Amino acid sequence: MKRIALASTDGQTMTGEAPDQSPIAIRGMTVSYGQKPVVFSVDATFPEGSMTAIIGPNGAGKSTLLKASLGILRPLSGTVTVFGQPLNSQRHRIAYVPQRASVDWDFPTTVLDVVLMGLSRELGLLRLVRPRHRDKAIECLSRVGMAEFADRQIGQLSGGQQQRVFLARALAQGADLYLLDEPFAGVDAATEKAIIAVLKTLKAEGKTVVSVHHDLSTVSDYFDRVLILNTSKIAEGSVADAFTEANLQAAYGGRLATAQVAGIPVAG
Amino acid sequence: MSGAEFVPLSLTPILIGVFAAIACALPGNFLVLRRQALIGDAISHVVLPGIVVAFLITGTVSTWPMMIGAAAAALLAVLLIEAIRRLGGIEPGAAMGVVFTTMFAGGVLLLERSDTSTVHLDVEHALMGNLESLIWLDAFGWGSLLDPEALAGLPPELFRMGLSMIGVIAFVWLFWRPLKISTFDEGFAQVMGMRTNLIGMSLVAVSALAAVAAFDAVGSIIVIAMFICPPAAARLMTNRLAAQVGWSVIFATLSAVLGYVLAGYGPLWLGAEDSVSAAGMIATVSGIVLGLAAVFGPARGGTQG
Repeated sequence: MKRIALASTDGQTMTGEAPDQSPIAIRGMTVSYGQKPVVFSVDATFPEGSMTAIIGPNGAGKSTLLKASLGILRPLSGTVTVFGQPLNSQRHRIAYVPQRASVDWDFPTTVLDVVLMGLSRELGLLRLVRPRHRDKAIECLSRVGMAEFADRQIGQLSGGQQQRVFLARALAQGADLYLLDEPFAGVDAATEKAIIAVLKTLKAEGKTVVSVHHDLSTVSDYFDRVLILNTSKIAEGSVADAFTEANLQAAYGGRLATAQVAGIPVAG
Repeated sequence: MSGAEFVPLSLTPILIGVFAAIACALPGNFLVLRRQALIGDAISHVVLPGIVVAFLITGTVSTWPMMIGAAAAALLAVLLIEAIRRLGGIEPGAAMGVVFTTMFAGGVLLLERSDTSTVHLDVEHALMGNLESLIWLDAFGWGSLLDPEALAGLPPELFRMGLSMIGVIAFVWLFWRPLKISTFDEGFAQVMGMRTNLIGMSLVAVSALAAVAAFDAVGSIIVIAMFICPPAAARLMTNRLAAQVGWSVIFATLSAVLGYVLAGYGPLWLGAEDSVSAAGMIATVSGIVLGLAAVFGPARGGTQG
């Protein structure tokens, strides 16, 4: 009984078809706050080794889709598989970088401590932090150019530095799938460059990156795929196929002046 | 002050006060960081009618009936808050405020109308506890600490509060990492597979345990103060969570000891005749400690520091 219940709640279709093996596959995701659906019946697949921007106007449900896919929010309906398996069995392969503003940066902790949180699976409840854990955390900090800030209190960092610490924590997890919620929001140009360099390295290593993204002008430079969202899915695919003026108009409508679209290096 | 006077009259009340203060201050650290500081306040209010009803049913003031009564009252409070919020469409803060104060007031009325003359349970004790009366009559000096016969006469509240404190310490020690990570970044903790709701509820449950145990000994005034003042003052001393928790224990202990001594002897030193409420003085001292930390603490001002 239990097995059947688990299988049906965790997203494997009961029709017998082989489950999608991609790093993350979302089927029929609908999420609502109160009466109003914020995400409506979205299907999306993120292939291995791809780097996808989730774009759409404010309130389009981009972060909500990410959170619901990760079980942070409870969807009304919809299923998620991660590498073809139920989410709960694959959590060790996922690194999630929340919006910077979602946490209290006045929390009494240091930069190094935050990065060590990425190792909590390894550390468990009571295992002591050893020099090798510390070294690993410092190495992840170096990858984002923050090693010399290891002992700082996190509240003393700039927004961009905080974002880099979050990325270092994700690196420490050693995941195969990286999901980022607006990593470039309110960060300086140097940070943006550092973050995108790290993400591109991850992609080169065959990791899968999915990022909620706001700045349409950088989409084609940074990403190879897009998921365009406005409550429902507008388009999904390679930047060349899906990041078109028509799709952007469909998603943003009047909120995006034609002049703005003209300035964006869209496909076609 | 000689051991012959101190050990029977002051040692056990001070120890119980210290245990109560530490048991509340430890979970208080996480409650304050989670912006849920008033949960301690809330718990100490809603449990009163539960404790009174448990007494009315069993006729004794013993641990288990009180805990069960308190838990039932807490559950009722949660249901009432949800009901008011949904039926009345009232914002959660207001719904909570109404339920907590109403249940506490109901507890006070219930207490007034019941015959509790045989036990330490009345409105005054509900507010201020009975720390001063938790004396060790079988003791005659420091030597009694080694005398099994005298030790058998220790007030049961000492063990109750001591065990509660050990339980709280064990919880915080064992679940340090989940508590810390889920307090700092709940979304991240969830994606890691941590049961953040369960962690949050356990924290509230442990706080409730500390509150009910401490309530019995020291009343609701210092329960509220001990959940908030030592952790808040400790936050102003350091930017490390472990150090903050350490400071909160120091401040809790300091407030309990200093508060008890000042309540007992302060008025005499000032030429007055009677002592004042120990619980009231302990809460006052903890407030003064917080005030001093706010002015002189090295980590005050958080991000600007």
